[in-house]
Amino acid sequence: MRGQSILEVNEICKAFGPTKALRGVGLKVRSGEALALIGENGAGKSTLLKILSGAHRADSGQMSIDDKPFRPSGPSDTRQSGVAMIYQELNLAPELSVEDNLLLGYRGSGGGLLIRKRQRPKVIEALETVGLGGLSPTAIVGEQSLATQQMIEIARALVAEARIILFDEPTSSLPKKDVARLFAIINELKEREIGMVYISHFLEEVREVADRYAVLRDGENVGEGRMEDADDDTIVSLMVGRDVKNLFPTVAHRPGEPWVSVQKLTGFRYPKKINIELRRGEIFGIAGLVGAGRTELIRTIFGLDHSSAGSVSVNGKPIRPTIGERIKAGFGFISEDRKNEGLAQDLSIVDNLTLSRLADYTTIGVLNLKHRKRAAEKLLERVQVKCNASDQAVSELSGGNQQKVAIARILHQQADILLMDEPTKGIDVGTKAEVYQMLGEMAATGKTIVFVSSYLPELLAVCDRIGVMARGELRDVRDAVDWTEEEVMKVAIG
Amino acid sequence: MNFRRIFKAIFQSQLGPIFALAFILMLFAIADQRWSSGNYLSPRNFRVMMNSAALIAVPALGMTMIIIAAGIDLSAGTALTLCGTVLATQFKYAAVASGEPGFVWVVLQAVGLTLLTGCLCGLVNGSLISLTKVVPFIVTLGTMTIFLGVGQIISKESTVYADEKNIPGWLSDFCYTGSNSERYLNFGVFPNVPNSVLLTLVLALAVVLLLRYTVFGRNVFAIGSSESTARLCGVNVPFTIIAVYTLAGVFVALGGLMYYANVKNGNPSDGMGKELEIIAAVVLGGGSLSGGRGSILGTLMGALIITAIRSGCAQLSILNTYTHIIIGGIIIVAVIVDQLRHGSPEWFFRLLPAKSTEG
Repeated sequence: MRGQSILEVNEICKAFGPTKALRGVGLKVRSGEALALIGENGAGKSTLLKILSGAHRADSGQMSIDDKPFRPSGPSDTRQSGVAMIYQELNLAPELSVEDNLLLGYRGSGGGLLIRKRQRPKVIEALETVGLGGLSPTAIVGEQSLATQQMIEIARALVAEARIILFDEPTSSLPKKDVARLFAIINELKEREIGMVYISHFLEEVREVADRYAVLRDGENVGEGRMEDADDDTIVSLMVGRDVKNLFPTVAHRPGEPWVSVQKLTGFRYPKKINIELRRGEIFGIAGLVGAGRTELIRTIFGLDHSSAGSVSVNGKPIRPTIGERIKAGFGFISEDRKNEGLAQDLSIVDNLTLSRLADYTTIGVLNLKHRKRAAEKLLERVQVKCNASDQAVSELSGGNQQKVAIARILHQQADILLMDEPTKGIDVGTKAEVYQMLGEMAATGKTIVFVSSYLPELLAVCDRIGVMARGELRDVRDAVDWTEEEVMKVAIG
Repeated sequence: MNFRRIFKAIFQSQLGPIFALAFILMLFAIADQRWSSGNYLSPRNFRVMMNSAALIAVPALGMTMIIIAAGIDLSAGTALTLCGTVLATQFKYAAVASGEPGFVWVVLQAVGLTLLTGCLCGLVNGSLISLTKVVPFIVTLGTMTIFLGVGQIISKESTVYADEKNIPGWLSDFCYTGSNSERYLNFGVFPNVPNSVLLTLVLALAVVLLLRYTVFGRNVFAIGSSESTARLCGVNVPFTIIAVYTLAGVFVALGGLMYYANVKNGNPSDGMGKELEIIAAVVLGGGSLSGGRGSILGTLMGALIITAIRSGCAQLSILNTYTHIIIGGIIIVAVIVDQLRHGSPEWFFRLLPAKSTEG
């Protein structure tokens, strides 16, 4: 029956070493509704989801499904109990067909044999439910778009007859029109009396899709209720535990003389003939859909991707297209892929911070480790990274703190032209505000920032000018005050 | 006294391989006392073990750097005996005998060519890996047989013996483990330590300093941990990779020189399988084949662990076949333990008693 509670979680505690990730969390998921789980990074949302999905085990507390105790010993156990998880990073086997992915881990009859034909109707039904009726079950998953892959993940949950689906930031890398598609599917799933837990950083999104919310802070459930009964300010102050006056703090700065000139820059596919003139102390935003070539553009400017034509000059002087030369000319880069490219996860914070400018600490080739550590710690303090020690591995930090380390690195590098690809992706509201503040301060000291983002409110609030990209081209550049969200989207989908 | 906490601290410290070595030495020493001659820890056997370990450890120093940079070198074994064969051929066809005027040039040329061969082997590996982007496993699998073939051409498919009088004295004494203390360098400080061991210690110290206190060393770790991050930070990745393999080639050449000093002949096919021993030493010492992790102290301990087991089994007259099985088993156990150490799962520590009985 719709509205009946399916999943109940009581007094869940979980500690990792000395850090208590969860201190007695309780919540209820009812059939046919989506519960939004909201909280800053490190509040314990992901840990809770991992416990629900069987990846971690709780230290204490109880969980039950349909009043029967639920103690998952691992992912396959969770599946058997009707719980499916849709991860932030998709969890499909890209080389396999859609069908094989849907049936992966499925224990149907057949005595260990996979008789695809017998499962076909089930597969097709699941695909239709998620709006992929036209997709061939034998198509290769890796060749599908990111959005389609996400739908395939949901279809897999349906094939497994999941009654509870957990979404971990499902929209973080989806373009807007696919977000709408996802929401339509979630509404469809509500009709089928499936209960959902939905984690997201985007409040407006949560508002659109969730019926109820629960806010986690420091591993505790600090408030819950019906979505329509709470306004954004209430929820945000629950999240951060204080009133956040300003989600988009700005620092006064004035763009100065022309400085960096990108001329007809062309990559192998994207970007196409891009011209940009950047001024000193300017924050230049780049908007556009995922796949519009924004990432390729700033990677090509930095020299990470090869250019087939065009030039990048600083102060009228063309800079050769190698990373070494570009770094020397003052460029710095923050990757959108923090985990694989942005930071070397196993290395220490100090190593990550100083990697791009180690030569400062050498005398006749010998590194002065103490000197280096001191400089790094000063920077960590400046950007307020929460860590136990500076020689801690970066992988042990929360997402927001990792991003601060990445930003600290380009500060340390003394870069003057900062190319930032989704610098606020996957970090919480409080840290986002800190990042905006830092960007403003950097611009005020005369640094130039190129800010790529899919989150329009932040671009509109923080940038001086915004350019919108579509299909590898820079379609339109205006002062930020002359844009509205609707107009940006109109250009972006054009 | 909290037993669990102390155990955890020891278990997670860098010193793991040292404790493992101590444990193995103790085990064999007891077994040796009980069932055999009791010579296991005699000074002489100890020297033999140290020397054998040095033969593995020197090329393993280079391998450690390669493995830290997320690479692997399967050609190290055949490259090592190729170098040994080059050295042997030089002495075999030397125009002047030891002690005669001009012999110093023969030695310089022979050693120079040996080092050059090692460098070239490493350069070939490094260049292929970094320019073609073929994975190191495949590249070095190929060069492994290539180096074997080249060695066989040089040796004319037989074992190369040089006349005793053509071999310089220092090289003859290099791996000497007997009781004549005049054949050791000593320096008045270390009584009767094999010269090969002294060289190993010096080289190991040099690599430790290189990895820890130079930009190059930090770049090697960065590449191994995440190559794309290193590239993004402006590290010259292709150059660094080529340099790592070339440098490792120098260590392989020095290993070849020691191998020649030890067996006094050069046989290119002797090297088959040596690479696995070298890699095993690195892995036993905590090196991770996925890169970013490895320690020189660990590698030295790894080499010692392998020789300690081999020598112990020999002392106890355990058949060679069983020795292979024991060493293989230890490698797997070591890697499992290493993973436990890094994952540090709480369930594992909970298996231990919380308090010691003496309380």
